[in-house]
Amino acid sequence: MQVKAITLKVNGRTHYVALPPNVTLLRALRDLGYTDVKSGCEKGDCGACAVLLDGQAVNSCLVLAWQAEGAEIITNSGLGTMEHPHPIQEAFADTGAAQCGYCTPGMIISAKALLDRNPHPTVDEIREAIAGNLCRCTGYGQIIEAIQRASAMMGQ
Amino acid sequence: MLPEFDLLQPRSLPEALEMLSAQRGGALPLAGGTNLVVDLRSGRRRPSLLVDISHLDELCAIRREGDRLVVGGGATIAQILDEPLIAEYAPSVREAARVFANPLVRNRATVGGNLVDGSPAANMPPPLLVLDAEVELSSRDGRRTMPLDDFLRGVRQTARRPDELLTAVRWAIPAPGSATAFYKVGLRKSDAIAVVAVAVLVEQDAAGVCRKARIALGSVAPRVIRAREAESALEGYPLTEERVAEAARLAAAATSPISDIRASAAYRRQVSESLVRRLLLAAREQG
Repeated sequence: MQVKAITLKVNGRTHYVALPPNVTLLRALRDLGYTDVKSGCEKGDCGACAVLLDGQAVNSCLVLAWQAEGAEIITNSGLGTMEHPHPIQEAFADTGAAQCGYCTPGMIISAKALLDRNPHPTVDEIREAIAGNLCRCTGYGQIIEAIQRASAMMGQ
Repeated sequence: MLPEFDLLQPRSLPEALEMLSAQRGGALPLAGGTNLVVDLRSGRRRPSLLVDISHLDELCAIRREGDRLVVGGGATIAQILDEPLIAEYAPSVREAARVFANPLVRNRATVGGNLVDGSPAANMPPPLLVLDAEVELSSRDGRRTMPLDDFLRGVRQTARRPDELLTAVRWAIPAPGSATAFYKVGLRKSDAIAVVAVAVLVEQDAAGVCRKARIALGSVAPRVIRAREAESALEGYPLTEERVAEAARLAAAATSPISDIRASAAYRRQVSESLVRRLLLAAREQG
């Protein structure tokens, strides 16, 4: 296997990394320290590893790192900080939408992708937007509420 | 960790075709990876070389060419959902995209990938089969076109040669008086594999006589199938309840379902009949 030096643009920072082709974007991001990107099923079923790739929410476990070269990658930690959380992150905290927290970064990424396209979604549209994100604590009620709250906050 | 493989990243379609050809069948094309990366991880497929076609913009266009619609093999399912031409002229194709996996997968999965995967439960073949869609297969040596119905062979078997890419799917916009319908039965509302999926097309003349009928069923045979006897039972006749019911019986008889974790064979057969009847009646009213 050849190793190639690639450029990954994550949350506005540019990283130069040498990787073989069989490393997924998920693994590359976690190795770079973006551990807010969670590894769940690693087969595209759970959405814990969701990131924005050029603005689109995708499962980073199904993208090879080489395929993401040059793309704008945004993870949950790129949306806001503890001091200055993104309204979606704030809404998740305020509504108790995180229980064990494992699905939360991916949920927030799917919520961000939804609200970017559709700032005032219906409950059904929210449910559909997070259909690829599994919460095994089953706290979906609060997650949906959080996305509604974020939508209202961002609309102000 | 994924097993070891090499990865080539061509910058153009001709370069990609050259690479596939040079490997004499040893390489697999990789686009969105929603099937292939999963198979690499599980060991179901063990290619030594992948050719990354995910950056080839020339594969991604959706356009109208005269009376035909053309969808590039690299167009994503999300693109199908967003495309006004599909919404206007191919609502059943749009519906199959709407109930395709989940939004994260739809942003990566491609139309071509869904067809070349050869899954009997794939979402896109039923609505494309009732439109008499053709697939375009390209290789270094040229292009060939064949009906999708000839392309699908069996469980994970298609007519694609290892050196070919599925570069486009095209079909004629249905004649006036035509209507289509699609429905997928899954175990959940979203992110579900089809238990049974059915698409129909009916074209009626001003007198209500059926001029053309197409019925396709997924997840009930080794490949997505056409129910030709059922189609013949409709063509040339008004779509009465009795005739539609008879066609639904014939369609169910054309299935050869298996029992698996999602449903029994008997359930699949019964749902096939109900769905065909229901969709034909719905299409009859739209036409």
